[in-house]
Amino acid sequence: MTATSPDRAVTARPAAQPPNYLTEGGSTLRSWLLTHDHKRIAILYALTITVFFFFGGAAAAMIRLNLVTPPGIFAADTYNRLFSIHGIVMVWFFLIPSIPNTLGNFLLPMMIGAKDLAFPRINLLSWYLFVVAGVVALVAVIAGGVDTGWTFYTPFSTMYSNSYVILAISAVFISGFSSILTGLNFIVTVHRLRAPGMTWYRLPIFVWSNYSTAIILVLATPVLAITLALLAVERLLQVGIFDPALGGDPLLFQHLFWFYSHPAVYIMILPGFGVISEVVPCFSRKPIFGYKFVAWASVSFTAVSFLVWAHHMFVAGMSVYAALVFSLLSYIIAVPSAIKVFNWTATLHKGWISFDAPMLYALGFIGLFTTGGLSGLFTANLAFDVHVTDTYFVVAHFHYIMVGGMVSAYFAGLHFWWPKITGRIYHEWWARIAALLIFVGFNLTFFPQFILGYLGMERRYHSYPPEFQFWNILSSAGASILALGYVMPLFYLTWSLYRGQRAGANPWAATGLEWTTPSPPPKHNFDKTPTVTRPPYQYRPEPEPQDAQGHA
Amino acid sequence: MNQGIHFLPETASAHAGEMDWLFAGLMITSAMILALVFGLMLVFCVRYRRNSGAERGNRLGKTWRVEVGWTVATFVLFLGLYFWGANLYLKLHRPPDDTTDIFVVAKQWMWKVEHPSGQREINELHVPVDRPIRLVMTSQDVIHDFAVPAFRIRRDVLPGRYESMWFRPTKVGQYRLFCAEFCGTEHAHMTGIVTVMEQGDYQRWLDAQGPGETLVAQGAALFRQYGCSGCHGPAGTVHAPPLEGLFGRPVPLADGSMVTADEGYIRDSILLPKSRIAAGYPAIMPSYDGQIGEEDLFKLVSYVKSLGNASPGAGERPAP
Repeated sequence: MTATSPDRAVTARPAAQPPNYLTEGGSTLRSWLLTHDHKRIAILYALTITVFFFFGGAAAAMIRLNLVTPPGIFAADTYNRLFSIHGIVMVWFFLIPSIPNTLGNFLLPMMIGAKDLAFPRINLLSWYLFVVAGVVALVAVIAGGVDTGWTFYTPFSTMYSNSYVILAISAVFISGFSSILTGLNFIVTVHRLRAPGMTWYRLPIFVWSNYSTAIILVLATPVLAITLALLAVERLLQVGIFDPALGGDPLLFQHLFWFYSHPAVYIMILPGFGVISEVVPCFSRKPIFGYKFVAWASVSFTAVSFLVWAHHMFVAGMSVYAALVFSLLSYIIAVPSAIKVFNWTATLHKGWISFDAPMLYALGFIGLFTTGGLSGLFTANLAFDVHVTDTYFVVAHFHYIMVGGMVSAYFAGLHFWWPKITGRIYHEWWARIAALLIFVGFNLTFFPQFILGYLGMERRYHSYPPEFQFWNILSSAGASILALGYVMPLFYLTWSLYRGQRAGANPWAATGLEWTTPSPPPKHNFDKTPTVTRPPYQYRPEPEPQDAQGHA
Repeated sequence: MNQGIHFLPETASAHAGEMDWLFAGLMITSAMILALVFGLMLVFCVRYRRNSGAERGNRLGKTWRVEVGWTVATFVLFLGLYFWGANLYLKLHRPPDDTTDIFVVAKQWMWKVEHPSGQREINELHVPVDRPIRLVMTSQDVIHDFAVPAFRIRRDVLPGRYESMWFRPTKVGQYRLFCAEFCGTEHAHMTGIVTVMEQGDYQRWLDAQGPGETLVAQGAALFRQYGCSGCHGPAGTVHAPPLEGLFGRPVPLADGSMVTADEGYIRDSILLPKSRIAAGYPAIMPSYDGQIGEEDLFKLVSYVKSLGNASPGAGERPAP
């Protein structure tokens, strides 16, 4: 993205670009690595997480390749290290930072009419911590990898694994600090830097959901850090914390780990909800249905997400009564999810719907998230969970939420705000094809895994009984379509940087504050601080696009 | 376990049948919701596409009533599913009184099974059909998980404590057993076969394994060998709690609380005697932690159990 040079681009309108954040402040490497501009930092994040996405994706591809035949291709240890690094990289180095740190970083200040985040230097520090964490993770992989899975269950991880556990948890530990700092920055920004007239009920849902995410980041991440520190203490110093042979409690680790990792699911999905809540109203030309309900549903996730961690442990040896309570709480958290889905659907009602790429990704999100969410009713159900937990049913369930849901939402947002971020418009036709391929490929990959799980195929098996082969072949075939779908945006988006038509300030005729400033935005976002007088999403039925270019 | 395309797993326990009904209930509910959401999306997307001439007057104004309506409807529906699943889960955790107790030790990477009458097998489990079987399980190293999809049961097997699980097989045949909790390099190969046999066949199978000593008898020998009988036996000179009639009874503890004398309590009393002291007895028993292996522990527990049973030897072999 640093290569964006307005001079070389072929445009329909060769008018000189006004100075923007890409040109102001220089285009040297130094000016990027020392920037305090939230927009440039967002781009640094975008580049880094893209690298991690394809790294984790490559591991996933090898996993699917291995599972085409029942005995597998790789040695057991190789396979164990592959799925572990796939999980660790995708969770901590892609899913958790993806929307908040790229789109959130870029848009949050602009959406509330601010010049920057509250602590620009801390924002840069967060990125450096993230990069250091990423490097440590890669060192762990190069050194030989880790074979514990992303969950690091004890006492396997503390006393039995012969792999690079300490390096891997150090990477996660460091990335935690990056999360905490980003969360803090977002919370203070939303509280302190809103433009005049930007009341809480005039905030776009994207801001509400990133704000809610930030609260979870700040509250949950320290628990993970402490848990991993305890893991290191037991592994390095043989102090009995989790291993019963040393006098510890193996379930203690799971309680602590899931106390972070369940809320982490909402860290991943909430910002996605925010994106969808921007995209669906824009392409339906209607205000979001039930604004206050959607906003408060976001906030309610933060509270309830902390109350359901033990639903990962229904067969782990917890008391029956604890299981009864956690199952009930898990059913309660399904209610705000349902509210969101119903509200998005109702937003379509009597709209003027157009099917541009962001909308296709968003509609795909609603379908995949609903399927994933409904399969959550199965896994939260005590007796059913006993049969499917630790099987591919669970693998399918959380991939529907996190990959089908979260990644689709990320792509919806990336396409929606791409013209704002880069000042360029991508090739619409290719984008629609990619959205379609991703939807089809995703379902073909993960739906068979629900069936596999119900049949009893366990997770983390490098080889499996032959009766499961048919569904595994189908799943791997789907994965190759999915991979193609994920690689395509890499090409057409890069292409748009050089050849894409220039975007005006507001190519979608959207209503957010971020669309009132030029694309790409100037260094300080707004020439003068805007005053907000209206609620968000005041869409009029038939828009008169201020800039119809490249947008038929 | 033949090859080919399968849509549903085999159903080979009483619980599996009930679980499949629950599955059907969940499927119907979610299919309805899915049809509703997808249906509405599809209808709206077609009807209200930008260029369509559909009527758009009279939009929904107030959302309050709609929101409360679908929130309450969702919640009530979910609550019903919750109670259904919770009820079945409770049943799964309440074994009948007449179970045959089989011990299972998990270790990287195998399942070691000990039958009450002393037969041992590895990565195999033979059980009689239509009899409630209770597995008492522990691990020698990391966390494992004993899963039999055809019975729709699974439970984590943790080091340092006993987990138990029961089932009643209903169909003669062979079913796969998996380790479901990742446990290291050969995790995928920590599998086995559960063979469900007719009562008579099972008895013949037990006999063919050689008479062997029952776990109770082996436990009784260990009871003397480890010196337990010195204090707890009839000739004991030390003031130690008597073990006759102990199993399954509530025990008052020195701190005023009560505990039921189950396998876990007996195990803890051998390994961590200072942790839960019976009321009225001095805490003088030494710990046997690290001195007795898991399999010997099972035998000792079986022996103590047998002392508690009203009819001696009832725990030794299943009634015909």
